Amino acid sequence: MIRLKIQDLRYHNVGPLELAIDTSECVTFSGPSGAGKTLMFRAIADLVPHEGQIYLDDEKTLEMSPHQWRKKVGMLPAESQWWHDTVREHFQEIQESWIEMLGFGKDVMEWQVSRLSSGERQRLALLRLLGNRPKVLLLDEPTANLDLENTLKVEKLLNNYLTQQQSAFLWISHDPEQIRRVGTRHFILQNGSLKEQQEL
Amino acid sequence: MNLILLTPLDLGLAATLLVALALFSIKMRLSLAGQIITAGLRTTAQLLLIGIVLTSLFEHVHLGWLAAISMIMFLVAGREVMSRQGRRFVGLWGFSIGAVSMFISSFSITILTLTVIIRINPWYEPRYAIPLLGMMLGNTMTGIALGLDRLTQTSWQQQLVIESRLMLGQEWKEAIADIMKESIRSGLIPIVNAMAVAGLVSLPGMMTGQILAGSPPLEAVKYQILIMFLISAGTGFGTIAAVWIGARRLFDDRQRLRLDRLKKYKN
Repeated sequence: MIRLKIQDLRYHNVGPLELAIDTSECVTFSGPSGAGKTLMFRAIADLVPHEGQIYLDDEKTLEMSPHQWRKKVGMLPAESQWWHDTVREHFQEIQESWIEMLGFGKDVMEWQVSRLSSGERQRLALLRLLGNRPKVLLLDEPTANLDLENTLKVEKLLNNYLTQQQSAFLWISHDPEQIRRVGTRHFILQNGSLKEQQEL
Repeated sequence: MNLILLTPLDLGLAATLLVALALFSIKMRLSLAGQIITAGLRTTAQLLLIGIVLTSLFEHVHLGWLAAISMIMFLVAGREVMSRQGRRFVGLWGFSIGAVSMFISSFSITILTLTVIIRINPWYEPRYAIPLLGMMLGNTMTGIALGLDRLTQTSWQQQLVIESRLMLGQEWKEAIADIMKESIRSGLIPIVNAMAVAGLVSLPGMMTGQILAGSPPLEAVKYQILIMFLISAGTGFGTIAAVWIGARRLFDDRQRLRLDRLKKYKN
């Protein structure tokens, strides 16, 4: 079943892009920096003006209110942002098993945001986003600040989520090993268009 | 008690103080001398002009004349609000967001005061209407300018935070709520502080003027209290309106943060 369908997507000087992603599928993207990968995610999350159609389970972006769309098509930016004092204030919903899977103790919710390391921020930002139970996840280098051990923990959590929630992932990564581990298909965004790579 | 009339010589003496300040600032290399002199000349010219205008307006009481003068005051105040913004909304919005909010709050409160509280006949008697409107516009102008400036500057600095909140499925109002609150507060704090110290630290200008003109102090005080309340209400509602319209304008119909609708100006 197709979860996300992108038709004739154009933004800036990129496109037209065509892509269909099934449930429980993880598509990975790479490409030179500045090619517009992050901007593609921002367009899919309807954060920047764009042309073309995007469907989530046959429902068009415009048929949904923008904040509902972004709840279901959740984007995890490369750099996470925090605006309250403690971690807990940023969370709508807390799933304890996930917190454990990423190697945090139960007290993590009481931690001060200002004292988090960049790796902790990145993992907590993922948990915060998963609380919305997004149907599609746009992951912009979600493990860029993590060591291998934590990277594998994040990959495992995401893989569980993908199959349990029948979600669909779009994942930007520059690590060939990771692309081979997590992806079902791989695309390179270059010169304004997507090229599928047959060999993973 | 008779009013002591000031002669040009009296004003000239005061002007030498200003010139002394300008000379001193040249000496200290503050590069302010030019500005001090121009501002002094502008004050003199503008006030003399309004003095002449008011004299003739008081002699020919007519709603049309009053409307014309208020319109000019309003347009100048609107332009001033815009020119105090470090980052302005592009296009007509830059002028209208501040001007419309200022218009609604100042004019409605002034007219309400003239007809319901002071109950002067006719209600557009310029001796009351013009000073009242002037004080309303002057103060709401400051509040709105501060509020809008804070809104656009902070949104610019915190664009990543606002967008993160949008990514998490928050509506625009929620994503920018903290910034809106802060902006409204910064517009309101000066007038709230002025009320808190009125009479203790400073004697407000209008009351001072009435006392100099021979009013009994308690009558002057009553007017001052009235004006303080009106100014606070006008500034408050005007700032809230401006910050709300401005914040809405920062997002488009798909609730995307559109900072391309702002343009940077040098202050």
